[in-house]
Amino acid sequence: MSHHQVAGLLPAPDPVRFVAEDGTAVDPPAGYRAPADEQLAEAYRLMVLGRRFDRQATALTKQGRLAVYPSSLGQEACQVAGVLALGADDWLFPTYRDCVALVARGLDPVEVLTLLRGDWHCGYDPAAARVAPQCTPLATQTVHAVGMAEALRRKGEDAVVMAFVGDGGTSEGDFHEALNFAGVLRSPVVFFVQNNKYAISVPLARQTAAPALAYKGVGYGVRSEQVDGNDLVAVLSVLTEAVRHAREGGGPFLVEAHTYRMDAHTNADDATRYRDDEEVERWAAADPLARLETYLRERGLLDAAGVTAAREAAEEFAARVRDGLNADPETDPYELFDHVYADPTPQLREQRELLAAELTAPEE
Amino acid sequence: MTAMSMAQALNAALRDALRADERVLVFGEDVGPLGGVFRVTDGLTKEFGEERCFDTPLAESGIVGLAVGMAMGGFRPVVEMQFDAFAYPAFEQIASHVAKTRNRTRGRVTLPMVIRVPFAGGIGGVEHHCDSSEAYYAHTPGLKVVTPATVEDAYWLLRDAIADPDPVIFMEPKRLYWSKEAFSPSGRRRAPGFGQAVVRREGRDATLVAYGPGVPVALQAAEAAAADGVSLEVVDLRTIVPFDDETVTSSVRKTGRCVVIQEAQGFAGVGAEIAARVQERCFHSLAAPVLRVTGFDIPYPPPKLEHAHLPDADRVLDAVDRLQFDDRPDVVHLSREAS
Repeated sequence: MSHHQVAGLLPAPDPVRFVAEDGTAVDPPAGYRAPADEQLAEAYRLMVLGRRFDRQATALTKQGRLAVYPSSLGQEACQVAGVLALGADDWLFPTYRDCVALVARGLDPVEVLTLLRGDWHCGYDPAAARVAPQCTPLATQTVHAVGMAEALRRKGEDAVVMAFVGDGGTSEGDFHEALNFAGVLRSPVVFFVQNNKYAISVPLARQTAAPALAYKGVGYGVRSEQVDGNDLVAVLSVLTEAVRHAREGGGPFLVEAHTYRMDAHTNADDATRYRDDEEVERWAAADPLARLETYLRERGLLDAAGVTAAREAAEEFAARVRDGLNADPETDPYELFDHVYADPTPQLREQRELLAAELTAPEE
Repeated sequence: MTAMSMAQALNAALRDALRADERVLVFGEDVGPLGGVFRVTDGLTKEFGEERCFDTPLAESGIVGLAVGMAMGGFRPVVEMQFDAFAYPAFEQIASHVAKTRNRTRGRVTLPMVIRVPFAGGIGGVEHHCDSSEAYYAHTPGLKVVTPATVEDAYWLLRDAIADPDPVIFMEPKRLYWSKEAFSPSGRRRAPGFGQAVVRREGRDATLVAYGPGVPVALQAAEAAAADGVSLEVVDLRTIVPFDDETVTSSVRKTGRCVVIQEAQGFAGVGAEIAARVQERCFHSLAAPVLRVTGFDIPYPPPKLEHAHLPDADRVLDAVDRLQFDDRPDVVHLSREAS
């Protein structure tokens, strides 16, 4: 590979940025176009909605209505931009921390939370939404995404697949195998790393010695970019370019977004054991939603009425989530046997009857 | 009807499946122009093109993960793990996704895919080339686990595996790749489907239960026993999952004695499961404890010592001898001349 080819794959030396932390516009590097005004307005609405959803899910977890909730507070720009960069026919392969992306995609929020409220299945219909089940094992979904991209390509569909993955996930072998397979096959897939700086408690410096995670694409011949993950305008611009690149036959694209997980790993985690308040406060000042709001207001794309409307819609959405989750889920113990195979084996049928006998036995 | 080897029958099954269903794809390491290290995919790239039979990078987790995504996307991938022990990098994909996706999507996403695993020993292979890994898969709900012992079964069970709505681990006994039978894929099908064991040889004094590479060993032992007037029945499981309790138990209820044969190391193996199931279901019909004949609980030995490890007909006959025939003066003590 020539130096010229390498240069074509390399990420920008600094994360791509369109909007500074104070909401003022900065000059982005060449090659990236600002998203349309209407798309930014839609992104704002979805970020307000997503944040309210995330806060509601966290509150419901404290009330015992969810078994566990991995918050994506602070990552709303990434999650919303990832969804807005995709078309309805494109596929998304999310992780467990991407619930905000799923509601931004339009999935029913109660269905999205099905697994986390303690049921055994993913809740929604992946094929209908073109959203794979949220993946709990790390980075395994990245190879599935390549497979789906290859399936779509072979069927002649003009569709792209986006795989979300975290900074911790980039240490897993499957992440590397996925980049390698996608590079060799030139698959129409975008790998989107939300680098939120922690894998539960382990900081990025213990995860990699790479100058940035975006550099991991170069060794696989995959074009790569890094972006300010709290700058919605930049993330949406870069991901839109990545999706265009993949859709037009340019092959896979790796995007690393620098963001921050404002909450602990989950409600069960205690982040004070491994990071200090000053660090969290620094990132709070870089909040993606406040930044976009300032930017849109200064450009005359958003006014007080628009803010109020977005917040009211988010409150209504949160009420839907509350109502949906305050009812106990209807779980059927016998259904545990129904989807192990297309047809239960004779042994599973026996075990189902055994359970039925246990559950229907009169109490002694 | 001409003689065909098991490898040729598997090749024919892949070819016919590729012809019958355009959703079928074959990929893995060296399966393209080379035709696979055992030549099971010989000629497929030439006939069907690189889009339908292709070489992948050398990474088993990636191969299985790619197959998961392609199956989600509507294809029916058939992937090859080059050797048993080389499938281990894919285990997370297999246990966490291949096996569970139907369940965790409530049946909305299914993965009709086949993972072919050349397995077990007896070919003088070096380390990591001769593992009997069937128990890992059989212990994982959501997988079907199949292992043919005959050329006819190799063809039909692979066709069934490719057509099956569930993911199938298709375990090919390496040492039977070159065994030949008169068989024509275009002939009338006699082989039953998944979940049906077959009585390969009828007998009345004891039942030998075997699968895959253990079946020829069982038949050899039964042949030798017959010479001594002892009549052994041989049951070939064919599919470990789904398991055919009915055929196994009806045979053992008839004979009253049972020896389970597996080439794999014995501890916590498939044979232990079979022995447990037999005694749970046939206790009052049993005249002796169910015995197991297995490999030893050691890593697979080097080529010069594999003969010491592999269960052979003599080890089977020794076990039959221990089936407490005190009540059966008609059953003679078996001589060790089988092999």
